Amino acid sequence: MQTATHTPADETDTLTASLDRIPDREFGYEQARHLLWRAGFGGTPGQIDTLASWGPEKAVDHLLEVEKVPYEQPAADRFDKDIMRPPTQAERLEARAARRRRDEDALARIRLLRQQRQRQDRRQMAEIQRWWLQRLIESPRPLEEKMTLFWHGHFATSYRTIENSYHMYQQNQLFRRHAVGSYKALLYAIIRDPAMLAYLDNNDSRVGKPNENLARELMELFSLGVGNYTEKDIKEGARALTGYTFEDDEFFFNPDNHDKGSKQILGVRGNLDGEDFVAAILQQKACARFIAGKLYDFFALHPGSFEHDDAPAVTRVKARLAGLLRKSDYNVRPVLRKLLLSRHFYHPKVINNRIKSPAELVVGAVRSLNTPVRDMGVLLQAMELMGQSLFFPPSVKGWDGGRSWINTSTVFIRQNLMNFLLTGRLPVGYDSSAKKEKYDPSGLLEPLTSTDPAAARDPERVADYLLRFTLGKPDGQARAVLAEFANEHGGTVKPDTVTGMLLLIAAMPEYQLC
Amino acid sequence: MHHLDAHNARAWTRRELLGTGLIMASAAMTMPAFLQRSALALPSPAGGSLPGVPEDRILVVIQLGGGNDGLNTVAPIGHDEYHRLRPGIRITPQQAIGLDRRHADIGLHPALTGLKDLYDNGLLALVQGVGYPNPNRSHFKSMDIWQTADTSGTGDGWLGRYYDAECCGYGSGESGTPPAQGGAKPAKTTYPPISIGAEAPLALQGRATKPVAFETPDLFRWTGAEIHPSLEKPYEQLVRREPDPNANLSPNEAFLMRTALDAQVSSDQIRRAVEARSLVDYPNGSLAQQLGMIAKMIRAGLKTRVYYATLGSFDTHAGQGGANGRHANLLRQFGDAVRAFYTDLEKQGNAGRVLTMSFSEFGRRVAQNASNGTDHGTAAPMFLFGPMVHAGVRNAHPSLSNLDGGDLKYTVDFRTVYAAVLENWMKADSAAILERRYKPAPVIRDA
Repeated sequence: MQTATHTPADETDTLTASLDRIPDREFGYEQARHLLWRAGFGGTPGQIDTLASWGPEKAVDHLLEVEKVPYEQPAADRFDKDIMRPPTQAERLEARAARRRRDEDALARIRLLRQQRQRQDRRQMAEIQRWWLQRLIESPRPLEEKMTLFWHGHFATSYRTIENSYHMYQQNQLFRRHAVGSYKALLYAIIRDPAMLAYLDNNDSRVGKPNENLARELMELFSLGVGNYTEKDIKEGARALTGYTFEDDEFFFNPDNHDKGSKQILGVRGNLDGEDFVAAILQQKACARFIAGKLYDFFALHPGSFEHDDAPAVTRVKARLAGLLRKSDYNVRPVLRKLLLSRHFYHPKVINNRIKSPAELVVGAVRSLNTPVRDMGVLLQAMELMGQSLFFPPSVKGWDGGRSWINTSTVFIRQNLMNFLLTGRLPVGYDSSAKKEKYDPSGLLEPLTSTDPAAARDPERVADYLLRFTLGKPDGQARAVLAEFANEHGGTVKPDTVTGMLLLIAAMPEYQLC
Repeated sequence: MHHLDAHNARAWTRRELLGTGLIMASAAMTMPAFLQRSALALPSPAGGSLPGVPEDRILVVIQLGGGNDGLNTVAPIGHDEYHRLRPGIRITPQQAIGLDRRHADIGLHPALTGLKDLYDNGLLALVQGVGYPNPNRSHFKSMDIWQTADTSGTGDGWLGRYYDAECCGYGSGESGTPPAQGGAKPAKTTYPPISIGAEAPLALQGRATKPVAFETPDLFRWTGAEIHPSLEKPYEQLVRREPDPNANLSPNEAFLMRTALDAQVSSDQIRRAVEARSLVDYPNGSLAQQLGMIAKMIRAGLKTRVYYATLGSFDTHAGQGGANGRHANLLRQFGDAVRAFYTDLEKQGNAGRVLTMSFSEFGRRVAQNASNGTDHGTAAPMFLFGPMVHAGVRNAHPSLSNLDGGDLKYTVDFRTVYAAVLENWMKADSAAILERRYKPAPVIRDA
């Protein structure tokens, strides 16, 4: 039963701050569709119907309890870990001897070999990008991949700086392992993660010459947020992290480089090391507030997507989620469960009010419309042009998200990417997949065809059905335009006509929302 | 490719709708605020150029990607070390184009006749030995350093920060506070920088302003009409529609509709601008084509203040040639393209509004390598073009005897050149944008 249909009147209602469970009777097609988009990357009409029929509790638990859905975890040896291995003792000696002899030929040979390895590693990085995009598209545990993406943006590390593809892969496994698990475990792990240690220059940080980069970001971006620590905490924190480095692919604590003196961080005094530093952070109330706030921005309302009048409700919800995160000892799952089942989450002002990230747009289109993937390379390039290159976040801040995704250039790239998925149309000409892989939209209409065959031949009703599925709400003006388009093509709704209607819907500004 | 006519017709309809004052005046009463903004984004019908007004000043950046060999671009022909260290690729004193009696030790590469003409007309300033401390020899990293104006190579682009400061007036870089979202509108409407190429460079990426990037304007549009012509009309109706005033749009919906409409308008504008014929013949080659497009956009009165063009393939590790060959061909493209660009701008009467600056991520080592090429090095010359530059050779060539492990020691920090561009040309607060006070290099005349 669907009582929560979307009407303009709903939008003027004040945003509720209630975290009470949404009643079963208020959980219908629109709510299930919303849940699938936010806790994953959208779903087909069939998947939406299934979740709606399960009711909120079962639907949310199915998404949250990822380990109950069988899916192979990536193997450590899936990619070559030795491409960027450190030089062997023999290689080091050879290079040193060549430098001493000023043997230009030998030095040139060594340089050339290094360049070859770097090229090979860049190729492997491209393979890992494809691998992850494939997984985002295929995974039967969409929330696991979505949270992996969340942590990647939160603990942002870029291949561009560290130039070691295997370390990026290892870090990706770390995020997936703790996807809906413990933030606490993740924070302890991140100060031992080779990719992060290299990215924030901690690998050379040593007593007497501490590098403050990791200490600063650990508090500013990864745990507490600006204003919740002092410059002195950064200096002392950096001392605690001296000697935290890695060898080859493993964390390595170098006691010779560690500052063993007394320090005071966030009010805790003693001979503190990195673990003590993290423990001091986790003691701070600001930490749960900051992390709960970021989870909220990611799953519910991004800053800037709500009106001033609704800010108090958002603040209240965030505060209560923060309390929950503390109470659960930083376990993410109960917090997400509370949010994803709440009245607040299903309020009309939350539904369809998130601007899709490039990953959500690309992965979501394939998963919900069931288009062919066509060419991973094209998809990854489009994502890069739209501002989200996996494993290459623009800075340690990660992606700003929200409206920063959208500008006059990315509008066309987003529209044209949809043209590509639906037809194989490239900016110039067609992809080679266009002929052999024609998109067949008849599966989308299945639920409509099976219940009401007459409706599936009626342009207006097909338009309504598609709009409700793609945009989450009816739109009288759009329905009329789409129906007229179908009527111009003979009035009977053939598969090509449906594809045409989808091309038009995907070009609408509202299609960028989920 | 004759579909352009159709687009033209569509563009005309759009202009009729928004370009006339009368309709604007009445529409202003009923149109939601975000639609008015789009309408205002069109250039004013009279062109509205007021030379000398900072709002009218334009910066064009030319990126020479791959690490241009500065030592064969401006060759230190008067230095024995140059000839000794580059026996296979050097420019001889006879081949070089002499510039200045007071700087007889240097000469331009013989392929740079285009630059020589600009020089003779007082349109070229040459700054030598430009670099930065602790030079990085990775293409990626050093390019990031030049584009962020930060020796760590992280943070937003320097021109992105300029735009951010212009539009929103907040502190730049990673520590900057983003503008209040949702509520506060940008203080000024700005026209995003335009980059010719598939990807916009980091230099133009700010926090609030994102660049427009396209290889050809034909790609800066929706491709659906090529899939089937019957999609065009409904597309127009759906994407250019005026939203129902009673529709109760959410802030995000309103924002998306406004941006989509802005994109349509600026796509129309840019494509219409570029369809015009150039006033001069441009030589072949990608850079000339890019600068020709930029000249047309300037001529059409686009209010964009920063354009970005790129010429690549300067990574000449092997067989780079001397007076002729690979490197010579690249330099000829560069010099001839800039000459044609300024000839065009002069004819338009816009030359006085346009400053052009070229740079590369690094120069190359002083000594050639065993394959008659050169490896990644450090400092290199920068060129600035336009009637506003302090024309001529601005400083001495860096020493060829006092090297740093076979590399030139830089004598000018590139950020002092950026500071001059920002401070003396764009009339912006360079210290806020570059996050440090750099004394502007003397490259722009008092204006």
